[in-house]
Amino acid sequence: MSVAAPPLLDVEHLTMRFGGLVAIDALSFAAARGEITAIIGPNGAGKTTVFNCITGFYKPTSGRLLLALGDADAGEVAALTASGRRWRNTAKGQIFLLERMPDYEIVARAHVARTFQNIRLFPGMTVLENLIVAQHNPLMAASGWTVLGLFGARRYVEAEARAVERAQYWLDKVGLMERADDPAGDLPYGAQRRLEIARAMCTEPALLCLDEPAAGLNPRESADLTAFLKSIQVEHGTSILLIEHDMSVVMEISHRVVVLEYGQKIADGPPDQVRNDPRVIAAYLGVEDEEVEKVEAEIAR
Amino acid sequence: MAVDAAEPPRTALRPLAVLKDALGTALLALGLAVPILALRTEQNISNELILQPRWNYVAIAVLAAFMARLLYLLVPALPRRRKASRKAGPRVTGRAISVAGLVLLVAYPLLALALVGQGGAIKWIDNFGIQILIYIMLGWGLNIVVGLAGLLDLGYVAFYAVGAYSYALLATSDPVKAFMAEWLGPNFWPLWAFWICLPVAGLMAAFWGILLGFPVLRLRGDYLAIVTLAFGEIIRLVLINWVPVTNGYAGITSIPRPTFFGLPFNASDSGFAAFFGLPFTPLYRTIFLFYVILALALLTNWVTLRLRRLPVGRAWEALREDEIACRALGINTTNTKLTAFAIGAGFGGFAGSFFAARQGFISPESFTFMESAIVVAIVVLGGMGSQIGVAIAAIAMIGGTEILRELDWLKRVFGPDFEPTHYRMLLFGLAMVLLMIWRPRGLVAFRQPSIFLRERRAVRADMVREGHG
Amino acid sequence: MEYFIQQMINGVTLGSIYGLIAIGYTMVFGIIGMVNFAHGDVFMLSTFIALIFLMALTQILGIGSLAVALFVVLIAGMLLTSLWAWAIERLAYRPLRGSFRLAPLISAIGMSIFLSNLVQVTQGPRNKPVPSILSDVIMLSSGVDGYAVTLSYKQILIVVVTIVLLVAFWYVVQKTALGRAQRACEQDRRMAALLGIDVDRTISLTFVMGAALAAVAGLMFMIYYGVVHFNDGFVPGVKAFTAAVLGGIGSLPGAVLGGLLIGLIETLWSAYFSIDYKDVATFSILVVTLVFLPSGLLGRPDVEKV
Repeated sequence: MSVAAPPLLDVEHLTMRFGGLVAIDALSFAAARGEITAIIGPNGAGKTTVFNCITGFYKPTSGRLLLALGDADAGEVAALTASGRRWRNTAKGQIFLLERMPDYEIVARAHVARTFQNIRLFPGMTVLENLIVAQHNPLMAASGWTVLGLFGARRYVEAEARAVERAQYWLDKVGLMERADDPAGDLPYGAQRRLEIARAMCTEPALLCLDEPAAGLNPRESADLTAFLKSIQVEHGTSILLIEHDMSVVMEISHRVVVLEYGQKIADGPPDQVRNDPRVIAAYLGVEDEEVEKVEAEIAR
Repeated sequence: MAVDAAEPPRTALRPLAVLKDALGTALLALGLAVPILALRTEQNISNELILQPRWNYVAIAVLAAFMARLLYLLVPALPRRRKASRKAGPRVTGRAISVAGLVLLVAYPLLALALVGQGGAIKWIDNFGIQILIYIMLGWGLNIVVGLAGLLDLGYVAFYAVGAYSYALLATSDPVKAFMAEWLGPNFWPLWAFWICLPVAGLMAAFWGILLGFPVLRLRGDYLAIVTLAFGEIIRLVLINWVPVTNGYAGITSIPRPTFFGLPFNASDSGFAAFFGLPFTPLYRTIFLFYVILALALLTNWVTLRLRRLPVGRAWEALREDEIACRALGINTTNTKLTAFAIGAGFGGFAGSFFAARQGFISPESFTFMESAIVVAIVVLGGMGSQIGVAIAAIAMIGGTEILRELDWLKRVFGPDFEPTHYRMLLFGLAMVLLMIWRPRGLVAFRQPSIFLRERRAVRADMVREGHG
Repeated sequence: MEYFIQQMINGVTLGSIYGLIAIGYTMVFGIIGMVNFAHGDVFMLSTFIALIFLMALTQILGIGSLAVALFVVLIAGMLLTSLWAWAIERLAYRPLRGSFRLAPLISAIGMSIFLSNLVQVTQGPRNKPVPSILSDVIMLSSGVDGYAVTLSYKQILIVVVTIVLLVAFWYVVQKTALGRAQRACEQDRRMAALLGIDVDRTISLTFVMGAALAAVAGLMFMIYYGVVHFNDGFVPGVKAFTAAVLGGIGSLPGAVLGGLLIGLIETLWSAYFSIDYKDVATFSILVVTLVFLPSGLLGRPDVEKV
């Protein structure tokens, strides 16, 4: 194992309670920089809840979600925690405490992007418009908070042109160039999924959170998706946090797999190690604890 | 790719069944007509309440219902509820309509003069032209909130009222008049009040928009609608009851009229007519007012069209489509909603101050919920987000009901007691219902994208979401 | 103290009327998620229907017994108002169901405008005074301090009828097949349809029941206030809607509770503060409730799944 670089996202003792129900129980894991981390587990394990906590759609009951763009030492982290502020500039970057930040701010400042289990596109807007809306914040700044843009300032015109270029780059990457002017709601399912990911990438995220991106895709499409995600990680250095049920995708590209069951972590490691972990197998198969050894023996055969 | 929905198979006509159906409808009409139509409550000479039978009207209503239902069943070609065809949207031809419409609007007063001469023109320019343009402007203003951002605002009249009363109070307030007289001479304020107060009224309304919007914009859909309705009513009630400031029901009078940039429209020697060496006629002010409201409306339109192409406008439309997706893209949806609310309110305020200046007198009776309902109806009937649609809807609804005043020939048909104006609002309500059933997505069934790569292809209305507040 | 008790009596009476109307709003919203803007005007319509029937029975048909006349008027009013509500739902709302959220709302607003103007045109725009009936009162306190607390027969009638109807209504909703079908449709309309429930009929009956209760309220209103006017749909309608929201929209006991609260608040406010601003007080309650407690006192909060 190489010298551990500081993780991009460090989740520590994350707990989420809904009334009396504990959805996530003291979960700790780390998403390494520039790597793909998968979160798997049977249905109801709390995976999407973890996402919602990380991306600010839920406020965690307790726990710490530390996101570090660039390096940060423990002293600066402690200073930020004590100060009650949401983020802090460090010598080599910025650190954020996501549990203190609202959802849109996490995207805008901490550069975390996400997709949804049920695709959330803007169906009445064209494919291109979807990608331009994703670049809202830089365009807003370039338009002088609309005032300059209203009078056609060159700064805005150029910024919009650059935004269109970036959109075209991603359209090309996901093979939707021909459909750029079609309404997003008209696209077939697989294309909509790809568009949602492309849209998230247009926000130039450091961490991309994907919620079941392979759901409903046939094996060919899943393979394409796998290659696409790999290329994002390799070419852009984007770290990816992935919820998935499709094991072929997970095992193929993940560097690390975290397994949840009933809101608790039951395994955390490289894919091969997790694949053979008897507790994981038991969780998926619904096997009694006593029978785990029996299952282990079966698999060995 | 054109896939038409299959037409339902035509059922063979069975005369007995059709007759039974129509009779059922007639019976229903009878049940509905009794007693509202059948017996009229009147007060006789001793001021007691008595009932006057009007069975002839009931007979007419029942017969009409019977015939209507018969026709509906017998004529299969009548527009049933057909599914929208799935053809791709047409290329942009809205441009031609806009240009034609603009030319027509600009030339309208001259056309009216040419067609009906000086005497009749005032009515046509004022009651029709100016009135319709005010509603077009209100529709375009509300279109930003309801049509683009998808925020259901049922209290738009509140901003209209704030604009009107801001102008009226500022322009007629004694301290302000005294202040102006001291610094800029006694003639300055009456001549320039309108032009100075116009932007102020808009800013006041926008400020109110932010104030009102702040606590309520996290509400969804119907709840936001009800709260805005309540706000509209609260403002109206405060205007009625806060007599020391607003003069209550009596309203505010002697509001200075707009001047031609310093030249008043009166018969004096310093007036507009004298300055240009023309004989005096009240027509000049009317025509000027027409062009002022036209300019204001066009300004609203221009700003809206520009904003649609800027990030803030796209954020509005994205908000309407899916608010959670917006937040997941880093957009601060609260600020987005507030800007929509504030800008829409600002334009409402401009319209309000124009209204006050045109009337010379305002009272709380002009700012009822009905006004909000009319403007919302115009926006929804126009087709959400479409500027042209809103304009057409305004012309159709306001023009249509105003025209009823002109139809005196109906008196000859229905008897001298028949007042078409009484039926104005009745038909208005009915028209709202029928138009919604016929075209639930509005008259303009397409949305134009604000940016395109190769070609601008219109998006069908049934793809576009209507927003959930 | 006596003054306060009198206000309480008045408030409960008024609240009963609002509660009956509020049930109509809350049931319709619960089952199809729509605010029936025309409900207030249906209520107004029922006040006219009640008046006209009462006059027809007493003047034209010469029925002497007040109890008989009122009973007939009640039944006829409920039937005819329900017919109107049924027709409105079939013609103006059903074609628009499911497609576009705003369309039924605009249609409802249009219907509301149509109804109030229909009554204005057919009955005339002036206030119609109701012939005085049931004007006897019971003196509860002879007023040692000078204030006599009275409980009028009208008030007793209103409260008693309201209670009886609510009990009957509760029975229908909880114990009968119709009530079960209604509750099923409220939860999941599509599933209810798949299970064989006639959803269209259930929805129609919901409108009918709401209108029947509004008709009762209309008769009470006519007797109590002694005057009817075509504009009486809007403000009582909004107040009843406020009551439904305050109690928790979608909740029947909430509608009743909300009605009572609004009635009491309005009466007490007029008595102790300012009668001019009583409507402002009601609307402000609406705003405050929606902003701080959108699910009302007895309602269930609505959570959107991400």
